[in-house]
Amino acid sequence: MAQTRLTLTAVLAASLALGACASKAPKQLPPDPGPAVSTGQSQGDSSAPVPGSQADFVAQMMGQDTIYFDTDKFNVDSADQAALQAQAAWLQKYPAKRASVEGHADERGTREYNLALGERRANAAKNYLVSLGVDASRLTTVSYGKERPIALGSDEESWAKNRRAVTITVD
Amino acid sequence: MRIPAILLAAAATFASPAIGQQSTPTPQPTVAVPAQEEGLSLQVSDESDWQDLGIAIPAFATNADVPTATSAGSTGALGYSLAQVITANLRNNGLFKPVGPDSLPRPAFEEVRTPTFETWSGRSAEMLVQGFVRPGDADQLLVGCYLYDVSLKQQLASAAWQVAPGDWRRAAHKCADMVYARLSGESPFFDSRIAYIAETGPKDRRMKRLAIMDSDGANHRYLTTGQTTALTPRYSPDYKSILYLSYFNGQPRIYIYDLERNTQRLLLQSQNPLFAPRWSPDGKWVLYSMAIGGNTDIYKMPSGGGGAVRLTDTPGIDIGGSFSPDGSRIVFESDRSGSQQVYVMNADGSGQKRISFFGGRAATPEWSPRGDQIAFTHIAGNFRIAVMSPGGGELRYLTDSWQDEAPTWAPNGRIIQFFRTTRGSGKASLWQVDLTGRNERRLQTPVDGSDPAWGPLRP
Repeated sequence: MAQTRLTLTAVLAASLALGACASKAPKQLPPDPGPAVSTGQSQGDSSAPVPGSQADFVAQMMGQDTIYFDTDKFNVDSADQAALQAQAAWLQKYPAKRASVEGHADERGTREYNLALGERRANAAKNYLVSLGVDASRLTTVSYGKERPIALGSDEESWAKNRRAVTITVD
Repeated sequence: MRIPAILLAAAATFASPAIGQQSTPTPQPTVAVPAQEEGLSLQVSDESDWQDLGIAIPAFATNADVPTATSAGSTGALGYSLAQVITANLRNNGLFKPVGPDSLPRPAFEEVRTPTFETWSGRSAEMLVQGFVRPGDADQLLVGCYLYDVSLKQQLASAAWQVAPGDWRRAAHKCADMVYARLSGESPFFDSRIAYIAETGPKDRRMKRLAIMDSDGANHRYLTTGQTTALTPRYSPDYKSILYLSYFNGQPRIYIYDLERNTQRLLLQSQNPLFAPRWSPDGKWVLYSMAIGGNTDIYKMPSGGGGAVRLTDTPGIDIGGSFSPDGSRIVFESDRSGSQQVYVMNADGSGQKRISFFGGRAATPEWSPRGDQIAFTHIAGNFRIAVMSPGGGELRYLTDSWQDEAPTWAPNGRIIQFFRTTRGSGKASLWQVDLTGRNERRLQTPVDGSDPAWGPLRP
């Protein structure tokens, strides 16, 4: 349960950070999350991540490694655009890096449809990154449908956090 | 587990007049216990409209109590277990009131073909199932099954099966099928198996393994280790293999598990994610869905390998699919209209037509093996299992819970299994409901379960 609470707190922080200015480098770096697949997992290591690593990407994005979607939707809104612009800037700074975009859905959908919906969301994020100049060959997509929620509740707040596409750079 | 009062009461009135040596009409413990033993618990949603057909099922007789190679023990013990399995089968569909071997005298071997009808009419039994078990050829077992109408003093049906010791429960299922089919006029279904996904672990890191079991939950077996997530299995029509989805290098792919060799192989190579594998009724074709750049379409390929044909090409998510029993048409879901709805097309992809117009969303359609109905998940607030005609009319809800999804038909098209997710915990369990919607019950599984897929009647 401690792990759960930690995850939720981190996600909350991440969603708050979405409102912050995307172009400014963060003053304080969050703890090194290690080889995590989302900003929600912290290892409590305070040393600065290696520039160009996934840890560095997560630290730089401050939550903007994830974009969120409305129910059954896959369009990229203005908050998502800001996040993807930050991601694209990082990816262009490290042109040798590849990235995978993971699409997810909330639990209020049938299993197979959600797999396809997650794929559609991952592609929406990928296509926007490509439109910003990131080479499509550097990006792959994957969908986990509703199989890997990050927020564990069965309420609107949790579902909103789970309808997401997370960019993970490949070290 | 809630034991419906009517079951206990009925069993008590049925069994007690005959017990004689017992002073109180307390329900026999066995009335409740086999429900657990057989891996089933019962929840009766409506007790008002049950048929009242009392069936006595005493222990099967044997000519000599000799050891067997079965898990049940000697032929004597096996005769008892056979009657228990038959009783549990017949109890769980809402048509009958069977009383099992615990509260009944055991007929002698000679009585099996010439029952003492007075004994049974004195117990208010309308129907009587008797049988025998004895050694057969080459370490096999011979099981005979007889159905009698007690008031007519007449034999209605009989059959015998020679089975390998490890298959002794199949003989009981075949007997229950014979009784069910003869008395209900429906096709049999007990001798069948179920593939499903066994789930363990916390909500955000669920381990999902492929598993199989008999229709009554017995002979349970895990097929995959859980190292990769497995989803959406489907038994092949000949029970030799299972189509399912599994993640490989982070991508969902379609695999075939070979049940004879206990090996798995990738069905087809693709850079694109693959979903929703399905067999055609004759096993010659596989339907699958593939996503390319955010657009998912349905394809068809020969199950032995070969070129695929794309069946849908509209923008959006076209996914799933279930053949009509004659293989000529396919029902599938698509969000081309803006939300998930159910469509029908010819097996070559022509003539695509929406059939669900109910408000809300309609998903996971499955064509009944009888051809007359389509089961699906209706989403309008709650997720409910419903049926409609293949033309899209006659919507009828069978369940009402927070999240029920993914119906699968019994081989006879009279019962539907599905999985139910608990709000909050996300825990999933397997359930079944009959077409009246009145007889709903949970299937006990060793761990949580989802994505049930009911196979056809075994040959």
